[in-house]
Amino acid sequence: MADDAHPIADDSGKFTINFGPQHPAAHGVLRLVLELDGEIVDRVDPHIGLLHRGTEKLMEYRPYLQNIGYFDRLDYVAPMNQEHAYVLAIEKLLNLEVPKRAQIIRVLYSEIGRILNHLLNVTTQAMDVGALTPPLWGFEEREKLMVFYERASGARMHANYFRPGGVRQDLPYALINDIDDWCNSFPAILNDIEGLITGNRIFKQRNVNIGIVSKQQALDWAFTGVMLRGSGVAWDLRRNQPYECYNDYEFDIPLGLNGDCYDRYLCRVQEMRESLKIMKQACEALRKTQGELVLSDDHKVTPPRRGEMKRSMEALIHHFKLYTEGFHAPAGEVYACVEAPKGEFGVYLVADGTNKPYRCKIRAPGFPHLAAMDWMNRGHLLADVSAILGSLDIVFGEIDR
Amino acid sequence: MIWAVSDKDLNALGARCAKLKGVSGYSVAFGEVTIEAEAGAIISVLTQLKEGAAFQFQQMVDLCGADYPNRPKRFDVVYHLLSMTKNRRIRVKIQTDEATPVPSVIPVYPVAEWFEREAFDMYGIAFADHPDLRRLLTDYGFEGYPLRKDFPMSGHVEVRYDDEQKRVVYEPVKAVEFRNWDFLSPWEGAEYAKPGEGYPYVIPGDEKAGK
Repeated sequence: MADDAHPIADDSGKFTINFGPQHPAAHGVLRLVLELDGEIVDRVDPHIGLLHRGTEKLMEYRPYLQNIGYFDRLDYVAPMNQEHAYVLAIEKLLNLEVPKRAQIIRVLYSEIGRILNHLLNVTTQAMDVGALTPPLWGFEEREKLMVFYERASGARMHANYFRPGGVRQDLPYALINDIDDWCNSFPAILNDIEGLITGNRIFKQRNVNIGIVSKQQALDWAFTGVMLRGSGVAWDLRRNQPYECYNDYEFDIPLGLNGDCYDRYLCRVQEMRESLKIMKQACEALRKTQGELVLSDDHKVTPPRRGEMKRSMEALIHHFKLYTEGFHAPAGEVYACVEAPKGEFGVYLVADGTNKPYRCKIRAPGFPHLAAMDWMNRGHLLADVSAILGSLDIVFGEIDR
Repeated sequence: MIWAVSDKDLNALGARCAKLKGVSGYSVAFGEVTIEAEAGAIISVLTQLKEGAAFQFQQMVDLCGADYPNRPKRFDVVYHLLSMTKNRRIRVKIQTDEATPVPSVIPVYPVAEWFEREAFDMYGIAFADHPDLRRLLTDYGFEGYPLRKDFPMSGHVEVRYDDEQKRVVYEPVKAVEFRNWDFLSPWEGAEYAKPGEGYPYVIPGDEKAGK
């Protein structure tokens, strides 16, 4: 084991080095133990869990509503997408209807989350192979999107905005126009970023034909999201198992041909453009449904409005019961999943009839992707490790949980 | 809205699965099929589900453990499968206890390697013939299985940097006990006497009065 900073070499010239846990290309806290033969990678052993906070254990001790906040802290790059899977699981258990306008807001913010995620990944992948400018441009746009998060929920990142039965609050009218305006201005910036990266000679040298994943491998290793579509498998939960109102919107699913790092990059860029299409349609739909409910009025599950509580005793009781005890979910088990930016994010929820989950397994898309690090890197050069890791789109919040 | 398959289709799928060797039953609830299998036969069950023309479950999306300490076989191992060609999901459950290892399903779904390591780490479920059954998420040298129901939420040890020893030290947890609220309400009604069954008359919460 290479526990020191010094590589260990044996007689055959093979040696073992330590990558991370603190390394800018590790995208968080990842420790890789790399066995090298010269500059060729022989074996990769990822050590994960440095960000393990026991989310699943904590959830077993808290009422359903208090757990929503934990989901923001999983994949903190696109927080609301995670909340989405969790509230869908609860709604499945309770058989709860979500008002139309709430569904549109959820879709809008899930797509904002997708762009937040892809902007970070695409630009930092460029940084991993040596380009410094793209992240600076990308992060400026991410900042604008986080302002949209803040204007809806009050928080830039850890939004805690989705609720079983809808979303916490309606959007201010001006916000919808501002998001729409941003959708018009963003393609120009995306073109600028693409102008820096897509045709770039160095970027292509470092990514084309690197980390190739065949269709069969992608299926065997439970790849989802861009990792799967980059290899040419047409599978997107928004289309194949549509949830919320994705069926009402027009958008395309970009596919890769070769399954290499470069194709996955192209898929992500194209997905941002498709997300923009969805966002524009969602803004349009939001203008038409102005003033409608954004949270189910089943007050056994959703809190009453402040104004109601001033007049109605019943509303006051509901409020008190919900914020002390919370609601009880019927016994049973469900699996709900969404197409998160990184792939299929699933929540397996076991309820025992009380006000807390009995067991909650969080199925993070990055987990099986990172598990593939070993065979994806074998035979590649040491320098390719960071390119492959970048294209896996790893965030440790969700992998370590 | 959640994408759903009709219960009729799900029952048909469940009934087909129930005929497979090693499957002991199925149920349909909340728009999902769950089949129960015998732990020893899990490899053959998953192989049939993956390769059978009527099933085609190409992906194992998830594998996890669950703990039910009151049962003789306290652990569930839960497999979630996905068929992209048939557009179906299915859940396969097997039961085991602390001592009995479960066959590893890596030969069928290679991705099981890390998922099984995680289940071993969190619950102490052993997987037979796993090539590399090490802990995955917990700290180096961690003791105990954190997701078991008898493991306390705040854990057993905490760490801090000791300025005198110039290193991180492990100490027993000093944190105040987590307050686990009991929401059993006496207003929900007592269990009254039923004819011929004596007179229990226990109001929920009464058992706490003596403490």
